[in-house]
Amino acid sequence: MSHVTLDFRLNGTGRTELIAGGETLLSLLRHRLDTTSIKQGCRQGTCGSCTVIVDGEPRLACITLAATCDGCTIETAESLPGPGGLHPLQQAFMDHFAAQCGFCTTGMLMAAKALLAANPSPTREDVVDAISGNICRCTGYQPIIEAVLAAAGAGPSGAGQPGGSRPGVV
Amino acid sequence: MARRRGRGIASVNYPIGMNLGGDPSQALVHSNPGGKFTVALSSIDLGQGMKSVVRQICAEALGVPVEDVFVDTADSDTGPHCMGSFASRGTHRVGNAVIAAAEEARGVLLEAAAEKLEVDAADLVTDGRGNIHVRGAPSRLITVADASAAAQFEQGRTVSGRGIFLVPMSTPDPETGAMDPVTCYAHACTVAEVEVDDETGEVEVISIEAAYEVGRAMNPRLVEQQLVGGGWMGMSHALWETTEPYYPDRSHGPTDFNQYLMPGPGDICEQRFTILERPAPDGPYGGKGVGEMCSTPPIPAIANAIFDAVGVRIDEMPFTPEKILRALKEQGGAR
Amino acid sequence: MEFRKDLFANERDDDLNEVGRPTQRQDAQGHVTGRSRFFDDYALPGMLHMKFARSPHHHARVRSLDTREAAQMPGVVRILTSEDVPKKVHTLLILLDLGPDDEPPLAFDKVRYRGEPVAAVIAESESAAAAAAAKVRVDYEPLPAVFDVEEALAPGAPLVNEYHGRNWYDYNGYDFRKIRFGDVERGFREADHVVEERYQMSPIEHAPTETGGCIAAPDTAGRYVCYTNTQALFFSLETAARILDLPSNRLHFVGGTVGGGFGGKVDSVHEPLALLGAMLTQRPVRSAYSRAEEMQVSSPRGAERFYVKDGVMDDGRIVARYARIYFDAGAYSRLSPYGAVKAAAHMPGPYYIPNVWVDARCVYTNRTPSSAMRGFGVTGADFALEVQMDKLARLVGMDPMEFRIFNAYRDGDMKAHRRVTKNAALIECVQAAARIADWPLSERFQAMSSTRDGGGERGVIPPAPAPGPGPGKGASGRRVPPAGAEAAATTARPPAPADAPTVASPARSPLAGRGRMSSLLGTRRR
Repeated sequence: MSHVTLDFRLNGTGRTELIAGGETLLSLLRHRLDTTSIKQGCRQGTCGSCTVIVDGEPRLACITLAATCDGCTIETAESLPGPGGLHPLQQAFMDHFAAQCGFCTTGMLMAAKALLAANPSPTREDVVDAISGNICRCTGYQPIIEAVLAAAGAGPSGAGQPGGSRPGVV
Repeated sequence: MARRRGRGIASVNYPIGMNLGGDPSQALVHSNPGGKFTVALSSIDLGQGMKSVVRQICAEALGVPVEDVFVDTADSDTGPHCMGSFASRGTHRVGNAVIAAAEEARGVLLEAAAEKLEVDAADLVTDGRGNIHVRGAPSRLITVADASAAAQFEQGRTVSGRGIFLVPMSTPDPETGAMDPVTCYAHACTVAEVEVDDETGEVEVISIEAAYEVGRAMNPRLVEQQLVGGGWMGMSHALWETTEPYYPDRSHGPTDFNQYLMPGPGDICEQRFTILERPAPDGPYGGKGVGEMCSTPPIPAIANAIFDAVGVRIDEMPFTPEKILRALKEQGGAR
Repeated sequence: MEFRKDLFANERDDDLNEVGRPTQRQDAQGHVTGRSRFFDDYALPGMLHMKFARSPHHHARVRSLDTREAAQMPGVVRILTSEDVPKKVHTLLILLDLGPDDEPPLAFDKVRYRGEPVAAVIAESESAAAAAAAKVRVDYEPLPAVFDVEEALAPGAPLVNEYHGRNWYDYNGYDFRKIRFGDVERGFREADHVVEERYQMSPIEHAPTETGGCIAAPDTAGRYVCYTNTQALFFSLETAARILDLPSNRLHFVGGTVGGGFGGKVDSVHEPLALLGAMLTQRPVRSAYSRAEEMQVSSPRGAERFYVKDGVMDDGRIVARYARIYFDAGAYSRLSPYGAVKAAAHMPGPYYIPNVWVDARCVYTNRTPSSAMRGFGVTGADFALEVQMDKLARLVGMDPMEFRIFNAYRDGDMKAHRRVTKNAALIECVQAAARIADWPLSERFQAMSSTRDGGGERGVIPPAPAPGPGPGKGASGRRVPPAGAEAAATTARPPAPADAPTVASPARSPLAGRGRMSSLLGTRRR
């Protein structure tokens, strides 16, 4: 099998990896580089659990060939928290109880982050559209949509008001 | 050709737990010398929030803040036996086991505090904020941390407790079916409103409004998570889901999420809920369980709403456009 | 979400500190950061992967199994067949003394559903394991298959599972779990209307976003560790110990954080074989369903079928209910014998009905084995009962909510499984739902309560009917071999009232548009 050298930035760090020609981004990031926030839910491109951001665009890592990411900037959920703590989207997901089993959550967050980067003031329809490739089997989507809208409304500095949850208890 | 609205209802009860072969769960609760507690279980959190619910139950039973309790599960070397997370049994069975364990641990904690305060343990109360004091004399106090440290470093006591909750096996009478299927039931009534397109057979769920009687809502946000997500699953079961679209024909089986249909975020409907609490006599603080029942009543409620809208009965799940159109054709149109 | 704290307030102390508060989930931060550890996040160095050779036939004899070519494929480390499994036939509920053993972890003499595993290939990569699994050569002799529960009960139907010796589960010598309460025949005779309808559940996939699986590995002190997403840790551990014939303390199971289950992760199919692979290779072995396997090979919610026959009076009282329940277990029991009992116990729903007769069958077919799913034994039953209730309400011209309140069970009422109702709250739920949905209820029904007017005559076990042929087969309901699909159906159905069926055809019949349903409507006016 032919191998190629791949140069890319992963969560802010430059990387050079030798990859097999047919290797997926999922395999490279999750299985070889231990970026385990990327979840493997179907490997068919139909569930969205492996959503990552490549050069600002949400991509399904399971059906993205790693070789197509040469020179790219890749973001995963590991990059979300900032020096001040959780990313506003993460905080909003907590405040809105938008995670149950948690398996789809990181993929949802990356789809939402890509949306807000391109469209800081999305409508509800925009949010629905942005997460429509991500399957959630637990929540019924409503709290996820509310969380993304709240994070957008709060801007980059903070998330929407918690819906009655007790701050400080994690 | 028109879109026609209809409403339907369903009312149900739900059995909490199982009885087959006996239904036990166990818990261990112990404190470190700093007065911080760990609950050791082998129960599973599938997303329903089992860890969070029993954490609150343990804090309540111990009389300490919830921040001072963490739940560790599931490791078969450290967590005692539990039947598992199914049958809406987690809150009821594991919750009761945790209460039993927490009460034993609390007993030791109060004994340790009593020895330090030189009073009778029966005269001590907790304030839920990390302190133990003499009833009626809040200034005669010791912190949970100090009592726990004293127990472990001065008195040689283990601030710990064991708990089990068992619903014994009930064998049905072979002739009459007399049995104890469960010890308590939760209840619900759901109203679904739909719009049926009599040209395409498509059904849009406009709203789900429901009342749920849950014994005690251990955490209203977790109850809401179950009801909203379960309502979605019920709607999904009613209108979309099947592994065999032409059952019992085994062909045409879906193998990915493009073929196995479920409502996406653009297909969801408004859901409104009212919560009733009639505590179960044997429930933890009266709690029952809501994890399974919430996905059930939307199914018949939607079937009944479809009839109300266009006058056809679809008695086979799921209620697909194809089935509705065939029924409408046979009936000669919507009525 | 609103609370009706006014209801049942006298039965409740609302003075708790922690219970009842909207406290943040303990696992929320782990979930939003991706730090929650699911089983697949325990990937170990040197880990091998297991994939299965699966039957392409619904039902076939296995003449021979040849793994030689597969073993030569690149990356293959070991191939497991039934010969390697210490306990070749097992059943999940044997842990609760509910046999017989009826399912091989790896099939040998026969395959009984499409997708049944016949060999497990362990290789250095998942793709190598899958490629080699495709090279396992099996000489199959296809056999006639049966897919429908009622066809499976007909004489001459192909025998699905030899360990049962017939296509149904045996309950104490009966082919069904029975509920017998009151005199359902008399109830039908005295009823103003008798309605029988047929309801069909669909098989449904749990579809957790995380597919079922585990990672097993050799540990220290001769033990093996298994990181798993089972819904029942000790249930899976003890199942594995039995299949592997190991003392249970040789196994160490770690789990508890699971990407959705909904009942689909109780079956314990991965753990025993991954552990066996780890024992035989002395390396970590991962086994997990692909999404396609999860959808077609992992157990679905069973395709349950219900026939519900009711007698109802003009004033809205339901006086008799007869339910025939067919639980489609697929090829193996797994948890279905219990689910059928649960469905039987759930009858006749949350209503007071003085005469109840239930026959709940667990039937074997050449389908993917079904198993528990959210609402096991209840979801299908409630679909049938609550659509039936809607039909009955329209038949007698009552508001559907008032009809339910009218028939709801109350504290003190005797249930069909012969236990007294307590802690009931159905009436209050209907009333509360009416309020938020703006559904008008007359004052009479708003005033009713679960805590009043139950018991008394409604609280006693009614006398059994005089001996004679009941709706079942013979006075005792004892099982007799089915004499034919049609015969079985007719003998299992309560005889129609003497002057029935005279089917009224109202302008908008509640039973209209049933298409090809085979339900039987008998209605008569006195």
